[in-house]
Amino acid sequence: MAPNRLEELNRLREEKSMELHDPKGNDGEIEIRIGMGSSGIASGARDILRVLNDTLKDRGITKALIRQTGSLGLDYAEPTVEVRMHGMPDTIYGRVTPEVAQQIVDRHILGRELVCGHVFDRPAPDMVKEPNHAL
Amino acid sequence: MPYKNFCLVCSGNQCESGKSDEIYRELKRLVMDRRVSQEVQIVKTGCFGFCSKGPIVKVLPDETFYVEVDAEGARAIMDEHILGGKEVQRLMLKGEEHKKPSRFYQKQVRIALRNCGVINPGEISEYIGRDGYAALSMALFEMTPLEVIEELKKSGLRGRGGAGFPTWQKWKFTHDVKDKTDEVFIVCNADEGDPGAYMDRSILEGDPQSILEAMAIAGYACGSRMGYIYIRAEYPLAIERLYTAMDQAREHGLLGKNILDSGFDFDIEIRLGAGAFVCGEETALIASIEGERGMPRPRPPFPATRGLWGKPTVINNVETLASIPKIILRGGDWFAKIGTEKSKGTKVFALTGKISNSGLVEVPMGTTLREIIFDIGGGIPGGKAFKAVQTGGPSGGVITAEHLDTPIDYENLVALGSMMGSGGMIVMDEDDCIVDVTKFYLDFSVDESCGKCAPCRIGGRKMYNILDKITKGQGTLEDIQHLKALAVPMQKASLCGLGQAAPNPVLSTLRYFEAEYLAHIEDKRCPAGVCKALVTYTINPDLCIGCTVCSRKCPNNCITGKRKKPHVIDQECCIKCGICYEGCKFGAVEIA
Repeated sequence: MAPNRLEELNRLREEKSMELHDPKGNDGEIEIRIGMGSSGIASGARDILRVLNDTLKDRGITKALIRQTGSLGLDYAEPTVEVRMHGMPDTIYGRVTPEVAQQIVDRHILGRELVCGHVFDRPAPDMVKEPNHAL
Repeated sequence: MPYKNFCLVCSGNQCESGKSDEIYRELKRLVMDRRVSQEVQIVKTGCFGFCSKGPIVKVLPDETFYVEVDAEGARAIMDEHILGGKEVQRLMLKGEEHKKPSRFYQKQVRIALRNCGVINPGEISEYIGRDGYAALSMALFEMTPLEVIEELKKSGLRGRGGAGFPTWQKWKFTHDVKDKTDEVFIVCNADEGDPGAYMDRSILEGDPQSILEAMAIAGYACGSRMGYIYIRAEYPLAIERLYTAMDQAREHGLLGKNILDSGFDFDIEIRLGAGAFVCGEETALIASIEGERGMPRPRPPFPATRGLWGKPTVINNVETLASIPKIILRGGDWFAKIGTEKSKGTKVFALTGKISNSGLVEVPMGTTLREIIFDIGGGIPGGKAFKAVQTGGPSGGVITAEHLDTPIDYENLVALGSMMGSGGMIVMDEDDCIVDVTKFYLDFSVDESCGKCAPCRIGGRKMYNILDKITKGQGTLEDIQHLKALAVPMQKASLCGLGQAAPNPVLSTLRYFEAEYLAHIEDKRCPAGVCKALVTYTINPDLCIGCTVCSRKCPNNCITGKRKKPHVIDQECCIKCGICYEGCKFGAVEIA
């Protein structure tokens, strides 16, 4: 019989894995990831975080989860913001200024269009979510 | 009405020249013309990093990737793909159409960086949700310590901190002596010091749990109950996140006594370093943890048998550790399939210097420099010519344009006179002076030398003085002989890696750029126009229109001339700051 703590860990893993990799099953839920590594913070990620929070509140969007992550490695394009939501492709925005952060809320989340000029490509397939992509 | 399709057109600087703007306008015109502007959005994006095949168009949500798109290709994408629903095969990468999934064009494979930018580093449950601690549970409940080491052996993982020593051997040495001693230690070397390398910081900031998990696995395999993370104090964010991570791991029973009720105890403490480069050397690091002055000692005995407080100690670099949970989970054979024959897996490089897309990239070993610099890095900004790339920091050397197609692995880099080091890649263009760059690295090594052994302490300083002389235009031909004569004994007689490797930048640049040294010595000329003592700024009277911008900008007021008449620089008082050169819109200021 496996010890209890291990079972607990495995249960938590399964639960979190669903939440992290398949947020789209939950319609209406919006996930925003903001890169808060040293390079992101140095390029102004804290301001962007504040602007995103304020704008979301101002526009009455409550179903958004802001996740502060480490750096994606796109240091030339910091600060970076990734938006994942139902009905839109997962999108990474780079060189985000406070104005662009507002546009992300107004155009991407509310208007369902991409913010021109700030879309960046994901640097590599996610090998945890898509193990077959990465070899 | 939301858009159904998105058409992304790259607008990196290289692609601009490759007419991506034209494609963007053509697609914009097409959506109007075909009356689908409400359904298809045309978007300009950042560089996709495949600039040799630009312009690039990507169609979402299908994730179809088109290369070398021209106006006619844009029409085909619109009519055949977006309206017709059928991919335009002839614009996709040749031979790759159906074999691999849609993002095959990407050269990066992220193993060590797998969670960076994806999870919240301050939330252990997110790490767990991405297979976190699955490797540790597997090791604890399904594998013996020897099986763990065997898996690492199969993977072929080598130390990512510099020398590239096989990780499994370090673990095995310690495993074999653990029964003869009462205590064994695991140390994570997070004393990242190479100029321009910051992958360890990024991993610790973005995915600290992976290091804790790997250290616990190492503890299990090598019979240790205690680990230390040696990290420099100038990484405050990484330290803060490590402390948070450790607290959360303890709460979840993943660190501390009786991990996951398996009976295995392992705990970790953090030791802060004062940011001395030499403390990245393992024996100096051990001395520093013990509270001594950070100085190396002769090896053997190696730390694997006699390390921290005289006990067997395994020391692994951050990036090495970050790959380990994935290797245990997916098996050593999986990892060994990636990379070259002698260098397995992936390596993170920090691309900096004269490069468009600076940042961290993780590529399989064996990827060529050209792919990293031009396909992923987007090439040199401003259309300047590539000169060389410096790898391995102050212990490495330069790699020139003729070797751009060498597959990168430990052996090939050494054969070229450089080394892997921790993976910093500083790209230089035609505006960088090789002698000046070499002087910078030597200055760094001299500064960081601990002073214990004479070859490093005295030899480094002597070499620096010679380089300084050369950049000031006072060099002689014998100086080159002196440099070479100093380098070899320094390499052979220095106590630790710092001194042994400090002459590498000099030898490497002498090997590939001797002509540039000679220009400094014989012609008293700095071809790149960097060495101030060898540069003179003059104003070409034929080009100068007398706009007075330079004379107003000159900080030393040494440019004179009447309005609308050619100006003149007073060479006596010119401080060679270059402001007039950068400020002149007519290219009238010339460097000689």
